[in-house]
Amino acid sequence: MKWIPTALVLAAAALLPLLGGDFYVNLASQILVAVLMAASLNLLVGYAGLTSLGQAAFLGVAAYTCAWTGVKLGVSPVVAAGLACLMTLAVSALFGAIALRASGLGFLMITLAMSQVVWGLAYRLVAISNGDNGISGIVRPSPLGLSLDSPGAFYWFTLLVVVLALWFIAILVRSSFGATLAGTRDQPQRMAALGHNVWLIRFAAFMISGFLAGIAGLLFVWYNKYIHPSALSMTASAEALLAVIAGGSGTLAGPVVGAAVVVLLKNYASAYVERWNMMLGFVFLLIVLFLPEGIVPGVKRLLGRGR
Amino acid sequence: MTGAALEIVGLRKNFGGVPATQNVNIHVAHGERRLLIGPNGAGKTTLFNQIAGDIRPSAGSIRLFGREVSTMPPHRRAHLGLARTYQIITLFAGDTLERNVALALLGLMRSRWNMFRPIDAGAAMRAEILRILDLVGLAGQAGQRAGTLAYGEQRRLEIALALAQKPKLLLLDEPLAGLSAEERVSVGALIGAIPREVTVVMIEHDMDTALELADSITLLHHGQVIVDGTREEVLADPRTREVYLGH
Repeated sequence: MKWIPTALVLAAAALLPLLGGDFYVNLASQILVAVLMAASLNLLVGYAGLTSLGQAAFLGVAAYTCAWTGVKLGVSPVVAAGLACLMTLAVSALFGAIALRASGLGFLMITLAMSQVVWGLAYRLVAISNGDNGISGIVRPSPLGLSLDSPGAFYWFTLLVVVLALWFIAILVRSSFGATLAGTRDQPQRMAALGHNVWLIRFAAFMISGFLAGIAGLLFVWYNKYIHPSALSMTASAEALLAVIAGGSGTLAGPVVGAAVVVLLKNYASAYVERWNMMLGFVFLLIVLFLPEGIVPGVKRLLGRGR
Repeated sequence: MTGAALEIVGLRKNFGGVPATQNVNIHVAHGERRLLIGPNGAGKTTLFNQIAGDIRPSAGSIRLFGREVSTMPPHRRAHLGLARTYQIITLFAGDTLERNVALALLGLMRSRWNMFRPIDAGAAMRAEILRILDLVGLAGQAGQRAGTLAYGEQRRLEIALALAQKPKLLLLDEPLAGLSAEERVSVGALIGAIPREVTVVMIEHDMDTALELADSITLLHHGQVIVDGTREEVLADPRTREVYLGH
């Protein structure tokens, strides 16, 4: 681990609410949620070699469970969060059991199809989701009695959760399990011959990935205090995948950088350029052309060549 | 029958309408060294894939150490004591030799599910990795990436991964393929040094080296067992000359 740059980025991130205004603090909270989404997806794309186009489904399941139980059933935010985690795990298990019958393009299409089902349900299951109106009035939790209503407090809370999640991922990918996961990506047949249960390893990774995306969903719904079906559209899944690939899949820093680039481009480009989607596309075209392995490994390569 | 490491009865496999294995019966005793020969396309590797579990047979039975395994997934057969190498080199090319062997060792260890402990943490594991790499003469390159090894060294790493599993039955699929004359001698010696309690079934075309290692031979042709017996019996059989040796 590169301790010095990691510590510097962490220190800067922790000091941000003292230096920047609410606009920047809120933008940073959005980036953190996108980072967790991308990092969760990177476990599948980068480390398991399973490209999914349905990661937003888990964000959506967690967000809607939290919103529905909190607002409509009136349970406390903490209980709502617990129920959201359980629901996300259940949906991850179901989706994993179905999608892992395939790999490669088949896996991608199945995850896409299943996430579209969840998206469709969010629109049509009006009794639970309020359909196109979405659910508003979600209350943020107050851990240890601390209110998270100010942008700064919520940002610090989000930063803590996301850093803990990234730390867990960093430990996981260096562990025995992480090594076997990468093994199933590179040589699944050999892994089976060596005694590894390839399916179960992938299933465990899928569950962990879904669970972490569910945590991102909780942060997302607490940040916005509102949830709408568009949050779990294919575009949302594609943005997470774009962040992973642009930043560098299979690296720890890649999804962090990639998610920051995607969120910043979306926010700034849309403020100045009407056709900001086109600009987004143009930037990613440049990344693919000049840094095809992603920003983090690509910049490393360029710096290494300079020396 | 007891005492058999591997017992195959009435095994059949069709790919579409094409029979790749036809009514194969093979009995390999504990500690036996069996050589599997036959012309290209005889169904030797297909037979290996069925024993290892990568291909499910159309009919018949495969027993490993007395247990019926014909519908058992490959990873569970590995836990029974089966290991194999591949004719087409199948290594973790981007990983170091150390990591390659570690993955082989982990396959049968409970700690393979550990999500918190770094894989390189254990001193005992490291020592075992180096011991296995030393067996195949690659301990000096432990930190090198497998993909950067010379072809002959990759062949030896193939065998090292299988040996790391401490198998009771070892399937070697053309372990000498593509090796130079000197390399064939050294890999042959490596195979000869495998402890006698390990049962070995080997596919090999290099008769000079392979014959020395074999107690018995099975000759396959068009997916069928043509001749089966001790080394001397099979070599003396006129059908062996006709089908395989060709002179």
